Amino acid sequence: MENKLLVSPSPHVHGGDSVSKNMYGVIIALIPAYLTALYFFGVGAFVVSVTSVLSCVLFEYLIQRFLLKTTPTIGDGSAVLTGLLLSFNLPSNLPVWIVVIGALVAIGIGKMSFGGLGNNPFNPALVGRVFLLISFPVQMTTWPRPLAFNTHYLDAETGATPLSFLKGGAFEQLPAQMDLLLGNIGGSLGEVSAIALLIGLVYLLARKIITWHIPVSILATVFVFTAILHAANPEVYASPLVHLLTGGLLLGAIFMATDYVTSPMSHLGMIVYGIGIGIITVVIRVFGAYPEGVSFAILIMNAFTPLINTYIKPKRFGEKKKAN
Amino acid sequence: MVKLESSFKNMALVLTGISLFAGGLLASVYTVTKEPIEAAKVAKQQNAIKEVLPAFDTLAEADTVSLDGIGDFVLYRAYTGSDQFVGAAVESFSNSAFGGSIKIMVGFDAQGNIVDYSVLEQKETPGLGTKMVDWFKTDKGAQNIKGKNPAVNNLTVTKDGGEVDAITAATISSRAFLEAVRNAYAAYADDAAAIDSQSGATAVAND
Amino acid sequence: MSNNSNLKVFINGLITENPTFVLLLGMCPTLGTTSSAANGMGMGLATAFVLVCSNMAISLLKNVIPDKVRIPGFIVVIATFVTVVDMLMQAYVPSLYASLGLFIPLIVVNCIVLGRAEAFAAKNNVVRSMFDGLGIGLGFTFALTLLGAVRELLGTGKVFSLSMFPESYGMLVFVLAPGAFITLGYLIALINKLRKA
Repeated sequence: MENKLLVSPSPHVHGGDSVSKNMYGVIIALIPAYLTALYFFGVGAFVVSVTSVLSCVLFEYLIQRFLLKTTPTIGDGSAVLTGLLLSFNLPSNLPVWIVVIGALVAIGIGKMSFGGLGNNPFNPALVGRVFLLISFPVQMTTWPRPLAFNTHYLDAETGATPLSFLKGGAFEQLPAQMDLLLGNIGGSLGEVSAIALLIGLVYLLARKIITWHIPVSILATVFVFTAILHAANPEVYASPLVHLLTGGLLLGAIFMATDYVTSPMSHLGMIVYGIGIGIITVVIRVFGAYPEGVSFAILIMNAFTPLINTYIKPKRFGEKKKAN
Repeated sequence: MVKLESSFKNMALVLTGISLFAGGLLASVYTVTKEPIEAAKVAKQQNAIKEVLPAFDTLAEADTVSLDGIGDFVLYRAYTGSDQFVGAAVESFSNSAFGGSIKIMVGFDAQGNIVDYSVLEQKETPGLGTKMVDWFKTDKGAQNIKGKNPAVNNLTVTKDGGEVDAITAATISSRAFLEAVRNAYAAYADDAAAIDSQSGATAVAND
Repeated sequence: MSNNSNLKVFINGLITENPTFVLLLGMCPTLGTTSSAANGMGMGLATAFVLVCSNMAISLLKNVIPDKVRIPGFIVVIATFVTVVDMLMQAYVPSLYASLGLFIPLIVVNCIVLGRAEAFAAKNNVVRSMFDGLGIGLGFTFALTLLGAVRELLGTGKVFSLSMFPESYGMLVFVLAPGAFITLGYLIALINKLRKA
């Protein structure tokens, strides 16, 4: 019960209108990244994303209608967004049945078990992704190679991601930085193109759907931390720029960590939260067993969000500092 | 029946009594189970060695082989009845695995062919690197290393020009595993050379 | 005491006050040892044995042990039986002992065992205490076996190492620690729902 008081919805989600408006705003911001995904991963990207979105919406409807017996709220776009973000975190050659399990876990365990939108302590799409990563490590870490106008799905040629090269210490196999920017690298659907994700960020900031605090604090922390490691021993630790442009860091920092429900309310709290994500990400990437740590980092800091909200409260409108 | 009063004398007496009774019970169970426990422990170690070696009668005491720049390896030589050397099991390791280090036991026959292996310790990613436990003894593609001889066969992953298929999506773990196998062979060859130079004088099983 | 009431005590421990699903006691071994149905059952039976023995011994001793030192007294009795189980398993079922590892000695601090000693055996006669130990112990065994079976089925597609699905299949997460929490949570939710209905 106490949790319910702590995880109060942010000011953004007060009106019913603004929920769906913001959700669709985020979806629009994801379009550039989606287009690059379609370009590089072709049919596979299309199949995986459509499966993911449809099954997320379907599971949300079924659970609300028959298990919780409430009015389904699939129109608010949150299930669509969860499905889209989930698919962005998956490799494009993932079999359909695994995508469906991921969607069931994201909506069923990640969201509805806690009481639906606004009550979930963890980002549902990431819950789904991490569940799949731990359950199907082979399928989830076999990335298809990018190929213009790709028509392969399950039979796509596979290769390693830049981060797994880093883990193996094979720096010379890293792709060129231009490829990293454009997205001509192996990886999950939506994480490959840095430019497309940054366009999305600019749109989100311009529409004031998110503030700069979370993405900037995450990226800055990762940059500083990896720069220190790189300066200490450039042969073992890759340059900070490589860390910024590879893996799901940009996708996570811009679209996943900024989820309203699971991130802190105050600006100072957001910065604390972002720094935490940055540090945990680098620690997992550099010292952990998994090559990529952004999703784990965001989930761990999601768990700290109620605590951050307790100690760093947003100032109420019109409130003046008490002199004491 | 009335409960005993909580006086100091009562408390001390009762606790001592219970402890004595417990001690007696444990002592008798210990005597009964002592031998089976010892036998189970010995059987476990013997089985680990037996699993990777051809049939043998006696096992020489553990030997340590030091390889320059790599480290120390523990080696068990096995003999059949008439002191006939049939092979040796080597405890080997690699420090370049995905999750740090791995420890394996590899068995070679007298010709240096790999008989079998078992993974003793590993911290690899569950479902990926952990598959090394039976990946390299499964007959599928070019992943089985049983029967191969590191002196003849190039035991590295196909990606590096070798002749062994790496575990799907766990090339680093596979490289580390094969490195450990090659280290084990180096220790085995080193030991065999040492024995040859002493003209078999040490090849007496002291069991 | 009629047989009927002994049966009631037994059923109470097995279902109405199932230690895992209703009382939520002994969560550490519940989560730690249920990676397969066989492990869960082994752990449950070991705990049941300790429960029956300690409940009977404590019920016998209840009037001899002064109140102020009853907890140390109970603990010594429980620890004795746990050590007996530990040695017996090590000697006769070494492979099960190896997979349960530290969890066998940890039965000493399982709150189900001390809880039943304090709440039941110290107030009831030997026969009733035995039935209570048996009911709670088998209830715990049932819960652990069920949890282990569900996790084994979802995680590896097998139950008691028998294949349930034709091809190799498995969601690894259910064999690992997070799967234990997820499975336990949904099993408790399901059982609460069934109890209310």
